[in-house]
Parts: sequence; C-alpha cells; structure tokens
Amino acid sequence: MMTVNEVLTLENQQEKIGALLLHGYRFVTMTVVDKGEEFDIIYHFDLDYDMVNYQLVLKKGDVLPSISDICFAAVIVENEIQDLFGITVSNLAIDYEKHFLLAPDAPAEPFCRVPGVGVTAVKTTAAAAENGGDK
Amino acid sequence: MSMLVPFGPQHPVLPEPLQLRLELDDEKVVSAIPVVGYVHRGLEKLAEQKDFIQDTYLIERVCGICSFQHSMAYSMGVEEIMNIEVPERANYLRVIWAELHRMHSHLLALGLLADAFGFENLFYTIWKVREEIMDAMEATTGARVMLGACCIGGVRKDINAEQAKFVLEKLANFEKDFKRPAEVILGDYSVKERLCGVGIIDGKKAYELGTVGPALRGSGVAKDHRMTGYAAYGKLGFEPVVENDCDCYARTKVRVRELYQSCELVKAALAALPEGELKTPFKGNPLGEAAVRVEQPRGEVLYYLRGNGTDKLDRLRIRTPTFANIAPLLNMLVGCGLPDVAVIILSIDPCISCTER
Repeated sequence: MMTVNEVLTLENQQEKIGALLLHGYRFVTMTVVDKGEEFDIIYHFDLDYDMVNYQLVLKKGDVLPSISDICFAAVIVENEIQDLFGITVSNLAIDYEKHFLLAPDAPAEPFCRVPGVGVTAVKTTAAAAENGGDK
Repeated sequence: MSMLVPFGPQHPVLPEPLQLRLELDDEKVVSAIPVVGYVHRGLEKLAEQKDFIQDTYLIERVCGICSFQHSMAYSMGVEEIMNIEVPERANYLRVIWAELHRMHSHLLALGLLADAFGFENLFYTIWKVREEIMDAMEATTGARVMLGACCIGGVRKDINAEQAKFVLEKLANFEKDFKRPAEVILGDYSVKERLCGVGIIDGKKAYELGTVGPALRGSGVAKDHRMTGYAAYGKLGFEPVVENDCDCYARTKVRVRELYQSCELVKAALAALPEGELKTPFKGNPLGEAAVRVEQPRGEVLYYLRGNGTDKLDRLRIRTPTFANIAPLLNMLVGCGLPDVAVIILSIDPCISCTER
C-alpha cells in the first residue's frame, strides 16, 4: 500500500519539495484525486527506487503554486492538471492556459467528478466480488 | 533574428501526431515548445467508469506496443492493494512476455530511427527480424501485441514445452538475423555521423529533468526499475545496461544491448520456469491506494490506483515514460541543427499513444 510521507500546505510546499530535490530526489510525477469539495494533490519523488509521496489538500477554487521554477520536470504534468481538473496553477514555467491537451472547444475540466456521475454515484455490482478474478 | 517553425504534427518521421514549435536562429534550435493533445482519449477517466476487472482489458489498450507491461503494472497495483500473492509460475511467465514486448518495441524503435536518418534498407531488415519476436508472442498467446495474457492475480495463459521450444527457436533466429543490422547500427560510418554527439543531455541534467529508460541510461545513470526484483527479475540476475556518451548514439546502443539482454532473460526464465498455478483466486474489491512502477521499453511507468471498496476505482493515474521524457527532450533539442530534430525525437522512442492515454 502507498504511504503518504508528509502532508504539505500551500505555505510550505515549495520549501519541503525544494529540500527533497536538494537531497537528490528525482521528480516522478503528480497525481490529482477529485474528492468532491477538494482535491488531493500527490507529489511522487524517487531516490534509489524508494518512492516518497507528499500530499497537499487543495480546496476547489484555490490556486496551486507551480513547482516548475525549482523542478522543470513538473511543468508538463502541471499543465495537464490545469486542463483536466480545471485547477489554476500559478507561476508555471510554460503556461498553456488550460489548453495543453484540450482544444478551445473541448469540455472544461473533463476529469472532475460531476455530481451524480462517476464512481460514487454508480451502484456497486456484485460482479467483481463474486468473480474469482477473471471474466 | 529568430523564427518559429512548426515541426509536426504530421511529419514523415513521426508515426504519431506530435508538434514541436521550434524557435530557430538560422538552422539552429534556440528553444522548443511541445504541443500535444491531438489524440487524447481520456482512458484514466473511462477506467473510473468500468469495474476494476474490466480495466485490465482497457489498460492493455493504453499502448499498442508495450501493452502487456501496462496490464502487468495495473494488475500489480490491484494485487498490492488487495494483498494478492501471485504464483511463481505466473511471475516467470510475466517476465517472458514483458521481455518479448521489450524486444519487439526496441526493434520497432531502431527501425523507425533508421528510417528517420534515411537508411531504409536497415529499417526493413530490422523490422523483418522483429517478426521473429511477433511470431513467438503469437505462438504463446494467440495475439501479436494485445496479448490478453495478464490478469489480476497472475496470468490467463500458459507456455507448454512445445511452445517453449518454438520461442527458443525464434530467439535463436533473432540472434542470428540481428547480428548484421546490429553491426551496421553500431559500426556504420554514416549512422555514426547522424547519431554521435547529437542530442546531448548529461547524466545530472537527465536525472534532474526526470528522464527515464534508455534515455537516462544512455546518459550514464544506472537506473532500471527491474533492479527492484518485481515479478521474477530478482531471481534472474538482472543488471542494467548503461552507456556514458549522453547522445543519440548512446541511447541507441543501450537499446541494442538491451535486446540481447532481454533475449537472455527470456531464455533464463524459460529454463527456470517453475511448475504450479497460473493465478491466485480472490474475492472482494480494492480498498486503499497503491503506486506501482514497472520498467517498460521506454522506461519506468507509474500506476497510481485508489480503490474505495466498490468495484469501481476512485482514481487511476498513469504516468507513462514518454510523458516523463518530454521535458528532457526539450533540453536535448536546444543547440541542435534543424536536420537533427527528427533523429533526436526518435532517440527517446516517443509513444504518443501512451502519452495521450
């Protein structure tokens, strides 16, 4: 199971991630999970095959500070997050202004959970539970 | 005075749509800005709407080249959350199909690279050799690319003695037939002229920019996730292939050497293939989160899964190797000549299908 090594705040995000990079950690990626009222932003780093996961809880509507100024590798995934989740990321090294992946006429925030649609709204079927692992 | 030149999305050397907006000073690249999104499919979102067993089939379609390793990484993620122990035989079979996939992917990449620098005969020859590997996969699973062999808890298909013999014959053919093209790739004057000293990225920069796979190992960084020993790699004496020249030639050399290494890994796995079950039955739904990494042909892939105890996942996130290699690619391109752009792009073996999952 994955372990969250540290919970970040908007205030200490840069400092904590900067310290990881100074210790030789390599940026792997970021993951966003839409929890309804807020997002879990998870930063994944690696050192000698051990992964460190820092989590930041972001309220919907809040601005996420970019880490691309201290870690350029993050610029691509931060732009992807802007597109798919509609999160505004400030101070991006390259800012596609929410059109990195999405065309101008594409639906906005396509990966956000729409109330009434998606995982939590779908009635659980017994298919997986009854199955021995394969269909 | 600099000018902006669009490279792609439709370009003779690009098998998939990708655009680079190149800022040029005369014919020298000053900066490059990637433009993607032409074929984005939203598979991560779709995976949230299927049940976690159906996702095994969906995930295999993220990529039409390293499909088996996608389903393997996904399965490993669910197995970690649900604490499912995979049978030993299944772990060895996973290594066999994963390495066959690496071989066909590397051969495909080398062929495309040869085509990019205008050596069409080499391209055809390498892809002809690739057919030996495709035959091995077809004989053991009934499919050439979408093997459908991996499942949560193990594998769906087996390799019997007759099939194992056929695979070994195909590997012998590969070793015999690849000898000449390998000599040309690594020794031919014109190939070296196109690859040596081109697209340089030093090890420190490559590491900082999150580079993965042969692109990282070609810059002298011995990082390969197979070193963690997942599946049966820990029992097969694996060591990463590393080259130190940091250029397109080094990245190509890593792939050529990895082809022989994969060949040896398949032979070793077949020789040590233990008897036993193919999969572990399980019940229930995943509850919890896991982040699993697997070494694909282009480098490390990350699968993040969050289950909520129902048969649908709350989140499935895939960080593919090409996605990680975009930022390093921009660094490699700075200072190169316009004619080298295509070769540098293909030296990271980009997979836009993976990137636009």
